[in-house]
Amino acid sequence: MDIDTPPVEVRRAAMHFGAIYAVDGIDLSVQRGEILGLIGRNGAGKSTLFKMMLGLLVPTSGSVHIEGIAVTSPAFRAIRRRIGYLPENVVLYDHLDGLETLHFFARLKGVPNQQCLEVLQRVGLLKAGRRRVRDYSRGMRQRLGLAQALLGTPSLLFLDEPTSGLDPEATRDFYTILGDLRASGTTIILTSHVLAELQDRVDRLAIIAMGKLQALGTLEALRAKTPLPLTIQLRVASLQLPTVIQALSSVHGLTITTIADGLCLHCLPARRMAALTAVIALGDEIQDLQIRDPSLEDVFLGLASQTP
Amino acid sequence: MMELSPIKTIALKEFHERLRHRWVLAIGIVFAVFSLAIAYFGGTQEGAVGFRSIDFTIASLVSLVIYLIPLIALMLGFDAIVGERERGSLDLLLSLPVTRFELLLGKFFGLAMALGLSMVGGFGLAAVVFYRQFDRVTLPHFLGFVLSSLLLGLAFLSLALLLSVVTRDRTRASGLAIMLWFLFVLVFDLLLLGTLVSTSGAFAGDGFAYLLLLNPADVFRLFNLQSLDAVQTDYALMELVPPTLAHPGALLLVMLGWIVVPLWLAQWRFKP
Repeated sequence: MDIDTPPVEVRRAAMHFGAIYAVDGIDLSVQRGEILGLIGRNGAGKSTLFKMMLGLLVPTSGSVHIEGIAVTSPAFRAIRRRIGYLPENVVLYDHLDGLETLHFFARLKGVPNQQCLEVLQRVGLLKAGRRRVRDYSRGMRQRLGLAQALLGTPSLLFLDEPTSGLDPEATRDFYTILGDLRASGTTIILTSHVLAELQDRVDRLAIIAMGKLQALGTLEALRAKTPLPLTIQLRVASLQLPTVIQALSSVHGLTITTIADGLCLHCLPARRMAALTAVIALGDEIQDLQIRDPSLEDVFLGLASQTP
Repeated sequence: MMELSPIKTIALKEFHERLRHRWVLAIGIVFAVFSLAIAYFGGTQEGAVGFRSIDFTIASLVSLVIYLIPLIALMLGFDAIVGERERGSLDLLLSLPVTRFELLLGKFFGLAMALGLSMVGGFGLAAVVFYRQFDRVTLPHFLGFVLSSLLLGLAFLSLALLLSVVTRDRTRASGLAIMLWFLFVLVFDLLLLGTLVSTSGAFAGDGFAYLLLLNPADVFRLFNLQSLDAVQTDYALMELVPPTLAHPGALLLVMLGWIVVPLWLAQWRFKP
């Protein structure tokens, strides 16, 4: 494994089914030890791009290299041992128990059976290892799916909607595991429709729309690309409201709306300091203040609205 | 480059699953009960019950097996690939160091082991009874019948895997499997006979008989009935079969072709 080679390199990759371009000339390079969130609406092309990166679909044009090896090359077979994949809503084998399921995948990956107990423990399924998969809850099945993806200590993980069906505690545990993996140098690419989950946990985000890479970067970089207002929420005593509204009305670029216990101010990030200066000048008339930057969901919807 | 290890792993998993949900046991019991019942009650139309000669027993079993085994093999294999696709596990399997051909072969061998064990178990039980009823000399005949039944099962299993590869969902695959069963087991011979009767035998030359090779069920029937003089008259199309066609070696080759060709077609269609 060459440390300098990006683990994932997608170059002008396109995949079309007849006249429909599911993926349309995407360029993407993922760095080692990075967590990349792949987001987009249903049918945007995320799953097709995932399948291309896993070598399950051959690009119509362009190329996909994993660990420096083209996914279409026979040598990619050896690379597959270092890849973990959790498909969306996968249903594993009902008549096998959890441990048997992992043994099956371990043998196919060439991983010693002893590792199965370790990953079962890691995903919190050790006690349920001898229960049939058909008796597992949805969350347990998802954790078993994650366990098989972790077999063989993969250097690259592809996770499609990994927290689907997990309760909040299991979701937190899942992201703890992901954090540990990143710390050990594992590169992770994941998709999720729960954008709030992703925004503080990924290094970069790739937004896919209509088969194209619409935006790529950190959340901050994406925020900068969208003219989305930040929100300043003020708690104001009702008697003071007219005075406060009058004082803030003179600030250029500030939109004021009244809410239950105060005011909500919206302004572009560039006007942040001007707005805050005006607010601070009001002194004790402001009981509390909260500043909220545009969330990933706001950014995503903002960018989506720019799509022709 | 094909590797044997993933084929073995997948085959053992398929076999293990069929054992686990008692499919093998259930089908084995079906084979044992039906073969004993048909051997014992096969002569009721002639007003007698009880075991008759091994020839009549095999002929009766051929009639049973020709309906039962294609159906069981098709039901066993129709969802092998399409079922994985619907569950979302096909992409997962193919993301591992396993080629599509290895997956296909693993599925085929695993299901073949399950089918084989249920047949050997079921017919084996019947063989013990027959061994006591008939003399020892007849046993090779019966073993030939069991072997050809297994080949018939493998041919239909191979067809089922082809169906499983070319269809997009299980519902369609099961519908096509039933249609295939109707075609090979019920309709094909009827079409041949209908053509013969409606043309007053104008096409009844040697070439016409070779059309029987286009149906694995007929190949199986020819394989078993060609050696049983006493029962050949029970099969109307037997009269058309020239001696060259009724050669066991040739029929065996054709049956192997019925196993290999659909599998080859399946791997050809099973592309990214």
